[in-house]
Amino acid sequence: MNTLRTLTEADFQPAPSQDNLEQISRPSLSYWQDAWIRLKKNTRALISLYLIVGLAFFTLIGPWIWTKDPAAQDLDQISQAPALPKTALLVKDFEPSATPIDTTHPPAPSGYPDALDAVTGLTVLGTPTTQSVRLSWSPVDQAGGYSVYRSESAPEGLMGLGLPLASLTAGNIVGFEDRLNLKSQTYYYSIIPTDGFDEFDVVSTLEVSPQQSITVSQALERQLIDSDDRPGQTVQLAFHPLGTDYLGRDMLARLMQGARVSLFIGVVAPLIYVLFGVFYGGFAGYLGGTTDQVLMRFADFVVALPFLLFMILFKIAFGIGPGESGILPMLIALILLLWPATARLVRGQVLRIREQGYIEAARLLGGGPSYLIARHIIPNTMGVILVTLTFAVPSAIFTEAFLSFIGMGVAPPTPSWGSMCNEGVKTMLSHPHELFFPALFISITVLAFNLLGDGLTEALDSKMRSKE
Amino acid sequence: MFRYTLGRLLSGVITVWFIATATFLAMHAVPGDPLMNEKATTAEIRENLARKYGLDRPLPEQYVIYLSNMIQGDFGISFTQQNRRVNDIIKDHFPVSAALGILAITFAALGGILWGAITALYRNQLPDIIIMFLVILGISVPSFVFAALGQLLLVNLNQWFGTSILPVAGWGTFSHMLMPSLVLGLGTMALLTRLMRSSMLEVVNEDFIKTAKAKGLSPQRIFFKHQLRNAILPVVTVLGPQIAAITTGGFVVELVFAIPGLGRYFVQAVQQLDYTVIMGTTVFYGAFLVLMVILVDIIYGFIDPRVRLK
Repeated sequence: MNTLRTLTEADFQPAPSQDNLEQISRPSLSYWQDAWIRLKKNTRALISLYLIVGLAFFTLIGPWIWTKDPAAQDLDQISQAPALPKTALLVKDFEPSATPIDTTHPPAPSGYPDALDAVTGLTVLGTPTTQSVRLSWSPVDQAGGYSVYRSESAPEGLMGLGLPLASLTAGNIVGFEDRLNLKSQTYYYSIIPTDGFDEFDVVSTLEVSPQQSITVSQALERQLIDSDDRPGQTVQLAFHPLGTDYLGRDMLARLMQGARVSLFIGVVAPLIYVLFGVFYGGFAGYLGGTTDQVLMRFADFVVALPFLLFMILFKIAFGIGPGESGILPMLIALILLLWPATARLVRGQVLRIREQGYIEAARLLGGGPSYLIARHIIPNTMGVILVTLTFAVPSAIFTEAFLSFIGMGVAPPTPSWGSMCNEGVKTMLSHPHELFFPALFISITVLAFNLLGDGLTEALDSKMRSKE
Repeated sequence: MFRYTLGRLLSGVITVWFIATATFLAMHAVPGDPLMNEKATTAEIRENLARKYGLDRPLPEQYVIYLSNMIQGDFGISFTQQNRRVNDIIKDHFPVSAALGILAITFAALGGILWGAITALYRNQLPDIIIMFLVILGISVPSFVFAALGQLLLVNLNQWFGTSILPVAGWGTFSHMLMPSLVLGLGTMALLTRLMRSSMLEVVNEDFIKTAKAKGLSPQRIFFKHQLRNAILPVVTVLGPQIAAITTGGFVVELVFAIPGLGRYFVQAVQQLDYTVIMGTTVFYGAFLVLMVILVDIIYGFIDPRVRLK
């Protein structure tokens, strides 16, 4: 405030009226309005608030927009990584093709060959599809058979040949049809000539990228085409923007349904137990004396229960019969175990506020107990309660995720973010997206609520008011 | 001091009794009993087994028998693991969990104090921003994700170097303990870093720091002798509850890293309704936690001369 200001004539005019001297020039703000203004200045808290609103939309509105059934399996695209919509080539149903035999070549060598040449002329017959890849090669002189290998990564010489597909036991069989669980990715086929029993140290490798395909009858069965479509055309496969899980279920739909479970537990459980804690603690604090002592002693005992052990125990104790999703028992267990923290906090607040001068003043002015509680004590503890509630949400979400992860939470097939992580961790190395997305959603939710809690703590702290 | 400790211990005993009772009630509220598996094929066998384990008696009697055995330090025999005493199960597997937990809390406390002090020293500068970002990550990411990522990291490291630098899973040597306990301590470390940072920043404005500066003490001396020592106090107070949190997190880490700790046995026992193992582990864990909290409170009294225990 050291900047000099040019003074004008107006600055030297006497105040217009004597009546308004005591009037406060700006409108007075209530505590909550003031807190809201402070919260809006906190960028991190505001972003968290938007995130939470976004999550709410994702959970509540999402399934209306993305109507895919979270339990439906897409058997064409199992463990599919996030990708753009895919098309598949329609192919005819499988018809066994004749084994390619080169009749000009003898089936067995005349003796025991010391060395064999590598296979030449290794090619693919027709279009390689995920239904079948048909290999063909020229016969090797003196060979008594061939071994066929398939690998997902390029082999280095004789190392890393991958999956042994076949051992052909005649030198004149010069082709092989691979139909083994093919996906639309690059494969490396290696052919090694043998003398009928032993492989020789020469290898020929061919890189093949089969095209995603689907047979006509499969496509009909999954209602991808009408009956009059002919093979050779392409059809649109179901779109999975976030990929599919190990059973071919749409990740986005499952994340949305999982959000309903995780956020339901994460929001409803804290709401109930914080409310209960407020009543319990407020009651104890307001009454004081022996009642207070006894009530708080009991709360201390509940706090001392080993949380996770009892969570598991209660979860099972309240879980009734098979076919239940396990959401309700988890909710009950959380509420039973977590209320004392709020009760303690609120009791402390009530004890403190009860001794404040303004309560004394209100009482002297004739305020009854219900008036005091409703008008003074509850509004003054609201800030603390709100902050507790905000921080309780991430811990409840964590607990749910944690229990589902160790297999004691929500029962399949109901998805929750935790149980999705549990499934995803098993295929972490080959299909990391199955772990990544649920873990990301848990982390973002927990982060948003934590940052909002931080922001609220600052905004509701009345000490901050004087600093501005 | 002595009277305070005695009083705390007494209330601790009552707490453990409460834990035992609550466990007993919750356990028996679960439908079914431990004899429901295929071993008890006929009603006769079932009856005999029930008599052997005392399950044929009324619940209050079972409760009294159970409590009196427990006071003598006997948790009974496991239902599912033939002829194995619960005491032995605890004796074999608790040290594993405890070792993991102690190392984890050491990592968490040392890391938390160190990072917290650094962030306070470099307030709003690059180290502070980087560390606080990591702290937010540490608080927001569930422990099982860290465990999975930690294991993945080990796999890749071992592949990269071509030898086994740290074992990926299992138990036995110190090197087995490093990654699991680090992963286990991460959440607590993040929490302690935050706490330490705010505590350090608060201490900076205290009068005794001004006095120390005015006396002409070196910045290092002020930092270590005056600032750090005073800022550590709030960290010590939360250590008690955090020990409980770490044993909780231990379950998952034990599961992911295939560590034969007590957590796995508990989950198993609950699924099979192994009454004695459930009771034994819960009461034991509960007693351990209660003891830890009391211990931390007493230690706090020693560290902070302002807190004289009444």
